[in-house]
Amino acid sequence: MSNLVQPNATAPESEHGHSDASSMTLFGFWIYLMTDCILFATLFATYAVLGQSVAGGPGAADIFELPYVLTETFILLFSSITYGFAMLALSAGQKQKVLAWLGLTFVLGLAFIGMEIHEFQKLIGEGYGPDRSAFLTGFFTLVGTHGLHVTAGLIWMAVVMFQVQRNGLTMVNATRMGCLSLFWHFLDVVWICVFTVVYLFGVM
Amino acid sequence: MSNLHGSVDASHGSVKSYLTGFVLSVILTVIPFALVMYPTLPKPVTAAVVAIFAVIQVVVHLIYFLHLNFSPHQRWNVTALVFSTVVIALLVGLSLWIMYSVHHNMLAH
Repeated sequence: MSNLVQPNATAPESEHGHSDASSMTLFGFWIYLMTDCILFATLFATYAVLGQSVAGGPGAADIFELPYVLTETFILLFSSITYGFAMLALSAGQKQKVLAWLGLTFVLGLAFIGMEIHEFQKLIGEGYGPDRSAFLTGFFTLVGTHGLHVTAGLIWMAVVMFQVQRNGLTMVNATRMGCLSLFWHFLDVVWICVFTVVYLFGVM
Repeated sequence: MSNLHGSVDASHGSVKSYLTGFVLSVILTVIPFALVMYPTLPKPVTAAVVAIFAVIQVVVHLIYFLHLNFSPHQRWNVTALVFSTVVIALLVGLSLWIMYSVHHNMLAH
């Protein structure tokens, strides 16, 4: 517990040290996100190459339902702004508000993942699983990788909520929330590319 | 609590900046979906508009949600992002170019 420094009990010098450590952590996490961008870029490139190879099966326009995707998009966008409000509550030092906003973000993220799993189940049930054609392999890999990231973000969020509940808004927890904030908003940016390239270009 | 505010992340944004980003994102999402769901423009125009709106929305998210800017504090974040963008453009662009040439020259279609 000794490494958890309460913000109001911090001497100026050590606070400066923590500030540097915190910003280095955030920068390191940002570099990780950039490598994650390149992972997604390879999957997008693969999808773009294989997207027309339907092997006699359904094409994008046959299986995607845009109103459903629009709902998913809005859920993720709402979750981005609720996470933003959690960060504002963190700045204001309001622990209960932080937990409430994080909780709401968690529910929205869970709803998004639920919708995605439902879509996958429906496609597989109709015989349009990842083994049907190269197009569907690329689709499931790309969208599934994004879904796995969101799932990892949800697990992380649950852990952070537990830590905030137990230890309060310490410097360490604030850094964790900062990293998760970058991760969560980054996933929304990736989703913009997904709904544009996969769904909108696919149905067009 | 001002310590926490000042030290962890000086560029948290405000309610106003988050709401601005949110409203812009809603507009930049609804218009492309509407253009594809209710086609009114020629297909190439729709494709161009949808692509441009996606790029603008990514920039909106970077500014209002990820709080990127050109301040000295953020210089290395922006540098890393620009470098990644170049790598991504090469990766995606060249992959498509190569595979297009393969299809074209081998008459795969």
